[in-house]
Amino acid sequence: MDQYVGQDIEIVDVGMRYEGSEEYAVSDINVYIKPGEFFSFLGPSGCGKTTLLRLVSGFLEPTKGKVLIGGENMRGIGPNKRPTAMIFQNLALFPLMTVAENIGFGLEVRGVSRADRRKKAAELLELVDLPGVENKKVSDLSGGQMQRVAIARGLAVEPSVLLLDEPLSALDLKLRQHMRTELRNIQKRTGVTFIYITHDQGEALTMSDRIGVMSDSGTIEQIAAADELYNEPETVFVADFVGENNRFISTVRTANNGYAVVETSFGQQLTGINPQQLSSGQQAIAFVRPEAISVLEDSKAGENIIKCKVKSISFEGAFVTIFLDIGGNQAFFMRRHNNGSTPFPEIDSEIDICFGAHNTRLLGTGTK
Amino acid sequence: MRKFRQDAMRSFGSFGITFIWVTVGSWLIFMILLPQLIMLDFSFRPFLPLRKIGGPEDIYTLKNYIVLFTNEFHRAIFIKTIWTSVLVTTVALFVCYPIAFYLAKVARGARFAWILMGLIIPYWINELLRIFAWQLILADAGVLNKLLLAIDIISNPINFRAGNSAVIMGMVYAYILFMVFPLYNAIESLDRNQIDAARDLGSSWLRIHRRIVIPYAKPGIAVGCIMTFMLAAGSIAAPQLLGSPSSFWFSQVIYTNFECANWNQGAAYAMVLAGLCLIFIFAMLKIFKVDLKELAK
Ligand SMILES: Nc1ncnc2c1ncn2[C@@H]1O[C@H](COP(=O)(O)OP(=O)(O)O)[C@@H](O)[C@H]1O
Ligand SMILES: [Mg+2]
Repeated sequence: MDQYVGQDIEIVDVGMRYEGSEEYAVSDINVYIKPGEFFSFLGPSGCGKTTLLRLVSGFLEPTKGKVLIGGENMRGIGPNKRPTAMIFQNLALFPLMTVAENIGFGLEVRGVSRADRRKKAAELLELVDLPGVENKKVSDLSGGQMQRVAIARGLAVEPSVLLLDEPLSALDLKLRQHMRTELRNIQKRTGVTFIYITHDQGEALTMSDRIGVMSDSGTIEQIAAADELYNEPETVFVADFVGENNRFISTVRTANNGYAVVETSFGQQLTGINPQQLSSGQQAIAFVRPEAISVLEDSKAGENIIKCKVKSISFEGAFVTIFLDIGGNQAFFMRRHNNGSTPFPEIDSEIDICFGAHNTRLLGTGTK
Repeated sequence: MRKFRQDAMRSFGSFGITFIWVTVGSWLIFMILLPQLIMLDFSFRPFLPLRKIGGPEDIYTLKNYIVLFTNEFHRAIFIKTIWTSVLVTTVALFVCYPIAFYLAKVARGARFAWILMGLIIPYWINELLRIFAWQLILADAGVLNKLLLAIDIISNPINFRAGNSAVIMGMVYAYILFMVFPLYNAIESLDRNQIDAARDLGSSWLRIHRRIVIPYAKPGIAVGCIMTFMLAAGSIAAPQLLGSPSSFWFSQVIYTNFECANWNQGAAYAMVLAGLCLIFIFAMLKIFKVDLKELAK
């Protein structure tokens, strides 16, 4: 697969406002994507992911800023002239052409002979693990097969960058999970830079080298690898959006050495990591992952301990989620492994739970 | 079908349904089928003075049809009519395809509404008046000649009515909607992403139309061509008002025959015209590889 050369993409201060619209659909986007990287943009629906992808592919020109591919400014270069290929959300295969004609379309455009197009189509079908369907009609393929044909069609033009717009969202769960691995493999085999956009954090976390999380306002909240994003969210939005979290609205009391003590709205004192260096009196939200919480056995110094009542228990096979009542309307739950022997706490029983200060993240609401 | 029947039963009752069947049925039989059959019968009988009708000379014959081949004048008109109608259809297709594509895939909001109004409002007035308007535009001292003279493109007025150009222009305009709408309908349902995907793969606009849009719009093209051709071939007002006085349209020949009381000859020619249209329909369906079923969509 030495014909593929992944190129880097630089998105510099990019903002996009649609004609006739008052607000920017995306703004202040600054990302450097390395050659051959699998980069995902993750964000809720309507946050501007497709807009961003169309800015890179050339269907849109940014209102502000610039997009560079392989170091070259792309302003004024149309989608047919950029070294990118796009996999559309609905795939957009050509229904009146056979599989081979679909894959060969980009080569036909470049004046490649019919025989060579067929050869290349066969090769690419091999690459996407779907050999021998050249002469089939597109409509005779299953969803997963169409997916692969769309990828083969994109790769046929030997792009430096493959842009994927939620390509798995139409598939059923099982196939979706299988295609995740498959996509990752294709990316590794070819070395093409992948920009993948999705609202599904599972997809983003499992496949990507790095992820850019976007918020509803069309800006990037944080760019990081999956584990970092999950363990060290930098903003309230990321802490809320990625994974599940308990959140306590609180006020900072004292702060030192990267840690701070806060008082929650229901009067509980908690100690946590203070990555934004919030100071006394500032509003903060304390985040605790449900799996970081355990039932207190021996009291340990420096840990957060809360008295609560067991409200309900939800059994999920490998996991058990325990919903806890700590007064007021505060939602609170913990999750633990089901090891088959440790008994679950009884409903309505009073228990003490605890979690470490290093598992408690304090993030300011005012700052980004 | 059963559900349809149940729904109809619920809304009209059995008396209502009988009523609908009877009215629609008799309308079909008395207004459409029967007159055509009478025409067919007429076309195979010789033209006779009134007192001889029903007599021994009133026998079935192909004479009226054979005339088309023996009468050089009629034959020339017939061929010219076909040829010019094909021309009208072709010109209409070339004019309407960009309009239909623009309406279906490019224009938005206010611009879309304006173009649509521009296309539809002229149809609020009678076809005859629309063609009269073209007469005013294309006359020797008409608007177009005056304009061309004023901007010094020509030094003498062009006689548009001498050839077929005025007829072609008039007809293309008169039947523009019958071409635009089938095309628009077909193109409109094309997924925008297909066009974008082709563009993303490096295709030029020309190729996008050739490989993506036109193949997809085939049923619409077939319908538009069929409608325009049938209207053109059967047209009488446009050739009468815009054609040169010395050249005739086949429909004018049919008209004259009926006027001269030779209904038999007129009926035979009318049948030939109808046959021609049928052949054209099947030719179009064959050329564009469209099923009759697809046209119903
Ligand atoms: N062609 C357009 N014209 C005007 N606004 C648009 C257009 N396309 C998208 N938008 C707006 O831009 C925002 C981002 O949309 P989009 O990029 O499609 O989001 P996502 O792909 O993340 O769901 C939305 O508020 C949407 O309404
Ligand atoms: Mg989208």
